[in-house]
Amino acid sequence: MAKKGGKPVTEIADDEVHVPLQAVLLADSFTQKFRPITLERPKVLLPLVNVPLIDYTLEWLATAGVEECFVFCCAHANQVRNHLTKAKWKSQPNFAVTVIESHDCVSAGDALRFIEQRGVVRGDFVLVSGDTVSNMSLKEVVKEHQERRKKDKLAVMTMVVKRVKPSPLTNMTRLGNDELLVAIDPQSKQLLHYDPGREAGGRDNFQHQSSSRNIILEHSALNDRPSVQLCTNLLDCHIDICSLDVLTLFTDNFDYQQIRRDFVRGLLSDEIMGNKIFTYEIGREYAARVENLRAYDVVSQDVIHRWTYPMVPDISFGGNTSGLRFERCNVYKAAGVTLSRTSTVGENSVLGQGTEVGEGTTIKRSVIGRGCRIGKNVSIEGCHIWDNVTIEDDARLEYSVVCDGAVVRTGAVLKPGVVLSFKVVIGPKFTVPAYSKISMMPQPTEEDSSDEELEYADAASGRAESPRSPFQEDGDSRDGSATGEEEEADESGNWNPDEIGDTGAGYRWSRDGGHEEDWRHSVAPVPAEKIRELIAAEEEGEIEEADNDIGAAARESAAGTGVEDGEESGEEEDDFEKEVEGTFLRLAEGVSGVQQEHVIIEVNSLKLAYNKTFSDCAGAMFKSLMNLALGAPHTSSKELLTSTKDVITKWGVLLQKFLKGSDDEHEILLTFEEVCLESHKDFAPLFSQILQVLYDKDIISEDAIMAWADEKQDADDHDKVFLKQSEPFIQWLKEAEEDDDEEEDE
Amino acid sequence: MQGKATRSDDSPGACHVYVSDPAIVTAAPSPVFIRCRFHSHARGFLLSFRYLGATGMVAAMPDCQASVDDFVTKLRRRQVEGSQNTAKQTAELLRLVISNQRLPNVGQAAVLIDVVKTVGLRMIAANPIELAVGNIVRRVLHIIREEDVSLTSPAVPGVSVESDDDDSDTKSSYSAAAVAAANRSALRAPSLHNLLESIPNPVKAPEAPAASVADSESRSRSGDRNSVSWKLKHNVIEGISELLQDLENYHSQVAEQAIEHIHQNEVILTLGRSRSLLQFLLEAKKKRSFQVVIAEGAPKYQGHILSKELAEKGLQTTVITDSAVFAMISRVNMVIVGAHAVMANGGVLAPVGMHMVALAARRHAVPFVVLAGVHKLCPQYPHNPYTLLNDMKSPAEIVDFGELSDCLDVGTGGQSTYVVNPTFDYIPPELVSLFITDTGGHNPSYVYRLIAEYYSPEDYVLQ
Repeated sequence: MAKKGGKPVTEIADDEVHVPLQAVLLADSFTQKFRPITLERPKVLLPLVNVPLIDYTLEWLATAGVEECFVFCCAHANQVRNHLTKAKWKSQPNFAVTVIESHDCVSAGDALRFIEQRGVVRGDFVLVSGDTVSNMSLKEVVKEHQERRKKDKLAVMTMVVKRVKPSPLTNMTRLGNDELLVAIDPQSKQLLHYDPGREAGGRDNFQHQSSSRNIILEHSALNDRPSVQLCTNLLDCHIDICSLDVLTLFTDNFDYQQIRRDFVRGLLSDEIMGNKIFTYEIGREYAARVENLRAYDVVSQDVIHRWTYPMVPDISFGGNTSGLRFERCNVYKAAGVTLSRTSTVGENSVLGQGTEVGEGTTIKRSVIGRGCRIGKNVSIEGCHIWDNVTIEDDARLEYSVVCDGAVVRTGAVLKPGVVLSFKVVIGPKFTVPAYSKISMMPQPTEEDSSDEELEYADAASGRAESPRSPFQEDGDSRDGSATGEEEEADESGNWNPDEIGDTGAGYRWSRDGGHEEDWRHSVAPVPAEKIRELIAAEEEGEIEEADNDIGAAARESAAGTGVEDGEESGEEEDDFEKEVEGTFLRLAEGVSGVQQEHVIIEVNSLKLAYNKTFSDCAGAMFKSLMNLALGAPHTSSKELLTSTKDVITKWGVLLQKFLKGSDDEHEILLTFEEVCLESHKDFAPLFSQILQVLYDKDIISEDAIMAWADEKQDADDHDKVFLKQSEPFIQWLKEAEEDDDEEEDE
Repeated sequence: MQGKATRSDDSPGACHVYVSDPAIVTAAPSPVFIRCRFHSHARGFLLSFRYLGATGMVAAMPDCQASVDDFVTKLRRRQVEGSQNTAKQTAELLRLVISNQRLPNVGQAAVLIDVVKTVGLRMIAANPIELAVGNIVRRVLHIIREEDVSLTSPAVPGVSVESDDDDSDTKSSYSAAAVAAANRSALRAPSLHNLLESIPNPVKAPEAPAASVADSESRSRSGDRNSVSWKLKHNVIEGISELLQDLENYHSQVAEQAIEHIHQNEVILTLGRSRSLLQFLLEAKKKRSFQVVIAEGAPKYQGHILSKELAEKGLQTTVITDSAVFAMISRVNMVIVGAHAVMANGGVLAPVGMHMVALAARRHAVPFVVLAGVHKLCPQYPHNPYTLLNDMKSPAEIVDFGELSDCLDVGTGGQSTYVVNPTFDYIPPELVSLFITDTGGHNPSYVYRLIAEYYSPEDYVLQ
């Protein structure tokens, strides 16, 4: 009898020595989608239908037969640790939870590198983030992955995808993202291309029109394949089965930050290593990731609709121990809920333990936490109200998120999309405008998030935990420190009554993401006009799609003709160059903290993001140098030459980093020519002098110049302008070479 | 017994028992032997034993606690399926818990009942919809009570003599309870079923207790107490083992009656699949030839599996959709189905779609026969069974999430589709013609009597 307890839930590998299935759970999203809430509590502990998100993930992993789970914490590590102890996750039989803590990781890539160093992962593992809600069985996908690995060592990762209706509208309304566009080999299920559209990571400069998206497939992707499937009807579940090599790859490529943006793309564009990613499609099981507030709302509703069974409100798991009772129309009521006689609780609602609801109050499609006091004649629709919230009489709340301990006074109105962070007080009869975010923590200044990469960095800024919280950095005296002791001083009334009403408390955060982000990622329903726009775009898209289909078919049959749309790639070229230039200028202008290495890393990542070659980078870098030189004040060509010389002397090293051979240098020369001919005619008379400078600084080798000269020998006359100009220099080079030869001969 | 026992000098009268290997403690009678050895320290013993009990719990619990936790987790995660399987595992676990439990000299039954109740309530809370768990817990409680009554009622005078002992309060109150229980059981009329059937009642171990009591009475007072304590636990464990045996055999017990119910060239209709049904039909197949019509039982479609299994054994089967049941029922001679649970009023919880079948059968006056093991008999009355006793599974079993993703309740705020996937139907007792249990065929109106036989009224509501 006793031996039953020790039997593992699932046996993954019966034939071999039993290897425990391990999972790595990233309990930090490294994004800021949930700010200002995440300033005070990590995202993985935010309650989804009154249960912390991480409990869903852990329960699923435990049920699916994972035996060892490493929880990686970064921001608010203590809170996560405490929760794991409190919810008894650390004392589960057959499921070991180990916390790995680091405070200097700013991205998923850093986290994985850190885990690799620790050497705790011993074999294939499941990589998920702490905000995944799923009930899929991992047995099959792990088995498939392992069997594939036995045959092919290069199959490093298996990505779980789910089929959805192929409609950008659905994607938008459900998860706030664009459609995922992937290319898959239908036979082997190998992933050939991955394009998430407008990226969830917040790259706003990387705009795609959803109706016209391009896909550029490598030659090799089409070789040896009878067919390639382009899919827009798949949803990335962000559940990956990885082999140990994934960690090694992250360590080798220290500039990989995000799993999807850098790692997956890097792997797909890198043909030398030949690592492969495969996909696994789940059918009826549920899997979704709570990436933003819209997804939060939608996944909540899915939980209420029981798609995530057995992770549903009336079955206790993890920290969820309050026995909720399921009633008709998806209403869940906990024990000890006090409902007044005239109150109405509409369908799809959850009422937590000890909540009181006053006379004449209506609640619809909302989740209400534990111990909330809701007054009379309140109307609540589509809201997520967490624990111990007080809502006084006649208040009206629509599609809002109200965090723990917040107070909404008599007659106040929350318009759709409002987020009230912890302990915020909204004054009586005050109307909070749509999409406002109000927090007791003042908004950090923009300075430190100007750089895109740094966006992840201050996700780590924990309250009273992280030594370099952004509040301490901005010199503003009022916001000087937002940690505990200062708060009381704040309460004495520094609040702006225009923001939160009389007797209110909290700061209204200015909208930084712009209106676009507002409606896209909020809990409020997508506005009607946006839906109309999307539908219009979709219809347009369909017409185009029909055209594209023929195109695609033709391309496939041609098996590897260059499929580049001239105009589009031109635009992309511009984008790329602008980004490189921007990056460079930040260094040149001496923006604090930007170092040469950073620029190199960044340009490298841009190279991956835009799928460029080194010579493209070098070209773009060269153009930026030229622009910088031109930007310096000059009156004569002589002065221009001096400033150019200075620039090249100073930053030539950067160029060298991207010149991997004489071919690249050759490219640079062509770019140079182009620059002189088209954009900056000022340089035209100085061509040969600058060429000499480049030669002197070892940026361009003799061979490259010779090759260029040879090529241009047969060109048209107007192409030879610069060749003629630099004739003496080339002559000198040749002579020098001959001299060398002669010397050697002697 | 490898445990090492020492008498410590610093605290007078306290005995420490160090057990080197916790696994050994699980062996049922061992605590008794420890106590026997120290028995000469008569007076101080009660005190020390309490101490021992506390430490003993700590030493013995981890093993047993882990099994309980594990089972509770599995129940919670809905990883234990099927009422027979659940019932068996519950009984095994309770047997383990009881054998691990150390008992004081007095009020043993109360301690056992307490322990079983605590563990039982945890298991029930883990999956309140699986009624078999609660049923088995109640059965075990019933066994404890019965054994206790049969052991203590002759010994009542002996107990009351010791009223000057330091535990007199609890003891006298306890003995009063025991007397009351004994009286009640004496007042209760012997079950009709027991009178009519020659099969011995599996719950009561008829001969052994009386003999043992007679035995023990010849011994000294203390010896008597020990053997009683030993006896109770032993008998309870034996009772549970018998219960397990019954659970194991119930399919064949039910199937034995098949020939009495299925006749030559009949058409039998069923819905979904259940193991007892399969065995029942196969047993009848040995002597009779008949046809089976199987409604597929959406959304699990277990009817398909049943049809395959029956076809392999050479039975003629026809698979129909659930919605075709009414069209088919006029050609059917009898409906035989499996059940999830039988409630106290004779109502049945069965896989979804069964109510419709029962109504169709009633409309055409076709007998509706339900196969159910005694472990499915639940002493609760169904209150709002459609929601409170139902398991609402994921809608994914019915529709594809992807297909519906554009009309689910999304951020558009508009109307949307709800998908409801209940697991069970409740069939009121009026629609049931006959229950075939492992103890024979019964009318729905007789269920209350069966319940009185297998459960103690104190346990109908566990808390």
